[in-house]
Amino acid sequence: MAKENVYVRAEVMQDVLRAELLGEIDHHTCRPMREELDELLYLHRPRTLIIDLGSVSFMDSSGLGLLMGRIALAESLGTRVTVRSPSLRVRRILELSGITRLTSLVLEGGSGTQKKERKEHV
Amino acid sequence: MKRVTINRMKLHLPAISANESVCRAVVAAFIAQLDPAIEELADIKCAVSEAVTNAVVHAYFCRGGDLYITVTLYADRTVKIEVRDKGCGIPDVKQARTPLFTTDTDGERSGMGFSVMETFCDRVSVHSRVGHGTRVTMLKKLAE
Repeated sequence: MAKENVYVRAEVMQDVLRAELLGEIDHHTCRPMREELDELLYLHRPRTLIIDLGSVSFMDSSGLGLLMGRIALAESLGTRVTVRSPSLRVRRILELSGITRLTSLVLEGGSGTQKKERKEHV
Repeated sequence: MKRVTINRMKLHLPAISANESVCRAVVAAFIAQLDPAIEELADIKCAVSEAVTNAVVHAYFCRGGDLYITVTLYADRTVKIEVRDKGCGIPDVKQARTPLFTTDTDGERSGMGFSVMETFCDRVSVHSRVGHGTRVTMLKKLAE
C-alpha cells in the first residue's frame, strides 16, 4: 500500500512503515511532514519505522526537532526507528545534534563514513 | 579592520514560515556573484534558515511581523548577513545561545539554531533589546 503527498511518500509492507521525506525540511515543511508521519504511525503501529532521507535536498535544525519528536512518539508506541540514507550535508546536521549517538536509533546508508550501524534485516 | 564593500542587498518581507525558503534562495542568489563553493553556499543557506526561523518562531511567536535582512559582500570575499526583527527581544542572549536551550513549549524545536549558525559561520553576534527586537549578524569568509 503506497500513499503519497507532496512532502512524504509512504509505503507499508507487513510490519514496516517506510516514509520517504521529500525536498526541503525546514520549520515550514516540518508541520505537514509531522502530521503525515504521526497519522501513519498511529494508523499502522508498525514494528519498524524507516525514515528515508535520501530525497532531502535541505535540512536545518527544524528537521532535528522533527526527527527527535517522531523517534520519541515511535518509541512510545513500541516502534523501532531507522533513519536511512542521509546525504553528507544532512548527516552533518544530524551529528551536530548528537542524534546519531542515540543507542535506540539505527542510522543506515547515505554518503560519507558509516559511523554506527547495526545489522538489521527488515 | 575596514573592509571594502562591493555589493549590498536589503530584503524586507513578512516573518512567516513560507518565507524561510524564500530567504534562503534570495540570499544564495545574491552571494552567487562571489562564486562560492557548493559547501559554503549550503552552510550559508542553513545559517540564514536558522536565523530567519528564530525570527518567525520566537521573535513573533509565529504571529507575524517583519524581517529585515541585509547582505553585504566585501572585496576580501567576506559575507556579512544581518537578520533583524522588531519582535519581543531576548532577555538573556547568553542563555539563548546555549545549545539545546529553547523557549518553545508546545512544538518540537530542537534548540540547535544558534549552534548551527556558529558551526557554519566564522562569527555570529547577537544584539537584542526586550520589547524592541533582535539583530543577528553572521560573518563568513569564502575561500579564494
